[in-house]
Amino acid sequence: MRRLSLVHLKENQKAKVVEVLGGIGIKQRLLSLGIYPGRELTKISHFALRGPVTVKVGRATLALGYGMAQKILVEII
Amino acid sequence: MIKRVYLVGNPNVGKSVVFSRLTGVEVIASNYPGTTVEFTKGYLNLEGEKLEVIDLPGIYSLEPTSKAEEVAVKLLNELPKDESIIINILDATNLERNLFLTLQLIEEGFCVVICLNMCDDAKHRGIDIDIKKLEALLGVPVISTCAVTGLGIKTLIERLKEAKPLTLSEKLTHQKRWQKIGEIVESVQHLSHRHHTLRELLEDASVRPLGGFFISLGVIYLSFKLVRFLGEGLINKIFDPLFFGPYKSLLINLSNFLGQKGFLHHILIGELIKGEIDFRQSLGLLTTAPYVEFAMVLPYVLAFYLVLGILEDIGFLPRFALLLDNLLHRLGLHGYAIIPVLLGLGCNVPGILATRILESKRERLIASTLISIGVPCVALQAMIFGILGKFGGFYVGGVYLVLFSLWLILGLILNAFFKGYSPELLIEIPPYRFPPLLVILKKLYIRIKGFLFEALPIVFLGVLLVNIFLYFGWFDFFTGLFSGLVKGLFGLPKEAVIALAVGFLRKDVAVGMLVPLNLTVKQLFIVSCLLAISFPCIATFIVLWKELGFKDFLKATLIMLFVGLIVGSLLNFFIP
Repeated sequence: MRRLSLVHLKENQKAKVVEVLGGIGIKQRLLSLGIYPGRELTKISHFALRGPVTVKVGRATLALGYGMAQKILVEII
Repeated sequence: MIKRVYLVGNPNVGKSVVFSRLTGVEVIASNYPGTTVEFTKGYLNLEGEKLEVIDLPGIYSLEPTSKAEEVAVKLLNELPKDESIIINILDATNLERNLFLTLQLIEEGFCVVICLNMCDDAKHRGIDIDIKKLEALLGVPVISTCAVTGLGIKTLIERLKEAKPLTLSEKLTHQKRWQKIGEIVESVQHLSHRHHTLRELLEDASVRPLGGFFISLGVIYLSFKLVRFLGEGLINKIFDPLFFGPYKSLLINLSNFLGQKGFLHHILIGELIKGEIDFRQSLGLLTTAPYVEFAMVLPYVLAFYLVLGILEDIGFLPRFALLLDNLLHRLGLHGYAIIPVLLGLGCNVPGILATRILESKRERLIASTLISIGVPCVALQAMIFGILGKFGGFYVGGVYLVLFSLWLILGLILNAFFKGYSPELLIEIPPYRFPPLLVILKKLYIRIKGFLFEALPIVFLGVLLVNIFLYFGWFDFFTGLFSGLVKGLFGLPKEAVIALAVGFLRKDVAVGMLVPLNLTVKQLFIVSCLLAISFPCIATFIVLWKELGFKDFLKATLIMLFVGLIVGSLLNFFIP
């Protein structure tokens, strides 16, 4: 399976989180919001010029800064 | 023995609404994560016993990520567990995400009662939750409520005493916890499939770049129009007729009674302009002071907070933050920093308090400095409209342009100079909600009451002091001291020194003091900008000190003075 970051996922594509890069702080934060390895999500949109990425996780819509989205590796399902 | 009740839950689940329902204390609630940044206390009567109820800022887990969250988590870690009940408030439309904190709280051994809020909205969205089953699986009382209408609050209070700590064999790892949540949600939640509603289509469109851009553009344009329309309407249709009609004839009688001169006349009525009371220029305690506050400022305060309240409650603000994330990153902030800025347009004090939703100290310093320099409060804006409006929109727009450019340039500079980096945006985008009109009006009422209580004493005290000083000529030494500076650098008459100094008390009074000086439009323009930039009013000053600590507060103040000097001189030099 090809891994790619959330930034490179296309809009409306469903994917499964495989890894969150970065320190314990960011991992914790994402985890408490429901983004952790194994979790499925759908990308909703991506704002131009390294803007934020929005995803649907469960019933919540989350917005992540570009840098943070880069650290989330997913697999398309 | 239970002494306190804490309201704990994820951001934006309606904690503050539940709090108001339980205690009757009026607090501001909105539809975006992070409305509550401090804790609020109130009391609840439970079978004759008075319990303290504390509303906490929202948290996603027991590991804090911002200052507002830190405050809440620290408090939870320290509280005596046998004396406290935790009402864990959950958003029924988002059960899964909310349960993470719930499980953590139960594992920690707190006495938890669950308040499953927004049940009406969940039903609309086709979500059905089996309360009995959820109660059995979690082992704690679960009560479904709709706090906005008050449904279920009575049951919640009745069942508070059922709360008791569970003894669990183990603390779960985060991963395991999510697994367990998955299982719970699977067995209690039933989704019925429905077609997309218009609301969901709008929700979707507004988090996409193009849709979001046009929706935001439209919303901002409409908001601006609405504030002006309401503000001017209130002035022209209600406040001006009142002041110039019955109130003025009352004052004319008083003025004649006092013999049209003397100390008391000077204090109460002020100077007669061409033998008449002039509300804008007389500068009396009963003339200019109430006119400025009620007929020039209050209408815009009302209009602004009505519109802001609607935007807050619908859930528009976080979507606006998405569009601005990129721009704000260049200023060392991220998109969500727009929320303190927007609140700052009402009053700088709540704006600076709201910077607590930002993660780092550096961001808070940058955001607070930018708010106190480049974001004029609604009282000041109203007065700028009042004095510059008659020269045309060009000048009013010019002040905004100067402040906005300054805000951008200063942000770029601060970002380059202050050490550290900006954290990334990570927010939850709330669903659109359409609260009942009554809820919006109630919030407006809380804010207007707050405004009047804070503003009026200072306005009247300010005008009183200034009048006494003027009467005895005590300002002369002071104006003489700075006249060289304001004349040479800013091209202003020496009396403008008084206005700038009064600006420290309140900006609206300061602008009021400028009217009798008969300044040219260029001078009015410069002094308007200066008042916005130079020094925040005393209330902002205090909150800035408290929030930033002395060292950063000093930095912010020096930046303000320095920027004020430079911008004032440049404007004077470059405007023909």
